[in-house]
Amino acid sequence: MTITPTANKKIDLLIRSGGKTMLWLNSIVAFVFLYAPILILIIYSFNQSRSTAVWRGFTLDWYLDLFAGLMGKGSPANTQIWSALGNSIIVGGISTILATMLGTAIGLGMERFRFRGRTILEGLLFLPIIIPDITMGISLLIFFSFIFQLLENITGMRLVLGLPTVIIGHVSFNISYVAVVVRAKIAELDPALEEAASDLGANEWKTFQRITLPLIAPGILSGALLAFTLSLDDFVITFFTNGVGSTTLPVFVYGMIKLSVTPAINAISTIMLLLSIGIVISSLALQQDSNL
Amino acid sequence: MNFTQLNLKEKINSYFQTDTRKKLNLFVFLFPATLWLICFFIFPLSIVLVYSFLERGTYGGVSWILTLENYQRLANPIYWTVFFRSLYLAFLTTFACLLVGYPLAFFIVTRPPQWRNILLLLTIIPFWTNFLVRIYAWIVLLRSEGVINIIIQSLGISNEPLELLFNSFAVSVGLIYGYLPFMILPLYSTIEKFNFSLIEASQDLGANDWRTFTRIVLPLTYRGIVAGSLLVFIPAVGEFVTPDILGGAKTLMMGNLVQSQFLAARNWPFGSVLSIVMMAIVLLPIIVYFRISEEK
Repeated sequence: MTITPTANKKIDLLIRSGGKTMLWLNSIVAFVFLYAPILILIIYSFNQSRSTAVWRGFTLDWYLDLFAGLMGKGSPANTQIWSALGNSIIVGGISTILATMLGTAIGLGMERFRFRGRTILEGLLFLPIIIPDITMGISLLIFFSFIFQLLENITGMRLVLGLPTVIIGHVSFNISYVAVVVRAKIAELDPALEEAASDLGANEWKTFQRITLPLIAPGILSGALLAFTLSLDDFVITFFTNGVGSTTLPVFVYGMIKLSVTPAINAISTIMLLLSIGIVISSLALQQDSNL
Repeated sequence: MNFTQLNLKEKINSYFQTDTRKKLNLFVFLFPATLWLICFFIFPLSIVLVYSFLERGTYGGVSWILTLENYQRLANPIYWTVFFRSLYLAFLTTFACLLVGYPLAFFIVTRPPQWRNILLLLTIIPFWTNFLVRIYAWIVLLRSEGVINIIIQSLGISNEPLELLFNSFAVSVGLIYGYLPFMILPLYSTIEKFNFSLIEASQDLGANDWRTFTRIVLPLTYRGIVAGSLLVFIPAVGEFVTPDILGGAKTLMMGNLVQSQFLAARNWPFGSVLSIVMMAIVLLPIIVYFRISEEK
């Protein structure tokens, strides 16, 4: 033996302390990496300088300009952004309601029934989650132009891309996400509760209405919240399915970024960041409540 | 409760669970979403497949003449360069996220419970914030009048601003930043389920920490590694926003190619071919993954 047991021990201790240090170091670096860009973005939304990152003093001008746009004053971009936000909320609201209903129903069906073709349906539900966004976006673009062309040839009616096409796209990718979340909730349900209800004489519908639905309600709610967030966030699918006047907030921000970098974008981004952080925290609070 | 009562109840139950009733229930639950997905997901994808065999129309769109020309165009090495770049960047992103994400997930799991929740929340927040905003933050940092260049110049490290933006460095950073949370979450849930008394057992048997990690912890948490890697790799391969915003002409990825065929070149059939190739690249690792996990 060239290495004595004590030397071995020393190496082991070195590995241990080295590992611990690396674990801490990596975590600190990772969190700085995750948050530094966000924090700098927020800080620079208060910078007076229009073009450079040199700090020229604190200002609320960029926010005030934005809110002036709400009153219809200021630059056209500042008024357009509010209609884009309006569109985002309309699309998010309607697509969330539709996707939640469809996703919850199919989630319940998948968890509760054994039937032929279940694997195929499983695949059908899985595909929208894994398929690249851009593939889904262009397939919807081709689909709508194909259908619209067909309609025009048959009826002479001319349809164009707009809010309804954006909403259809959003429902298509959100059904799967709602189904995943709802199914997770159904899976942790105690089957004895439903059995008890039917033993006590409740029929299927009553059991579903009085027992199953209230028990999975938190799951449905967090599924809806996820769908709403994904819808508000979506850029790629909206980019290919929106038309004149149906620009959503991310598509509008994308246009601004492509054009130039201004503190106004920092201000909008900061508001969007705070909104999503608010949604995360409220959804966590909801989950805590339902766990009690 | 006597015997006859029970019998009656069973009869009622069996009436409500007749075959037709069950089928009707099944139909009510499954049909609406299935119909929606067939109309607005499967049918559009099928049209993409059909378009990939058609000739390009004069003003965008297609003319209904069958051809294999669009697939033959794939032989052009220009497209192979872009394919390989996408794969390379996606692999690089996955590897970097794993390298940072695994120790981070391990770190979070081994904290005291009250810290664990806060740290987990901190990793979830970027996951829920707008992707576009997070990429944009890197423009603020990396551009020539950006924060990093200002700091470098004021420290006197360099007089000229460094070219940090619109290259593959910026795209890689943006991709890693965008997908790191996707790696951490599955790793966290796997490591959380790991039985930590196994570590003690391994130590009692004389293995040092490195050996314990490579022989016990790593093999028992590989499911999380695979899941996290897929969750990063799949969207990263199909990315088009990050290279579009942070990259330049030399960092085009497959997604950019598809986008330009649809919006700039207006060659829908060839764009369809490209997105079918992209879909195949994404589906392949998933099919392999499921085959392997089925065998086990």
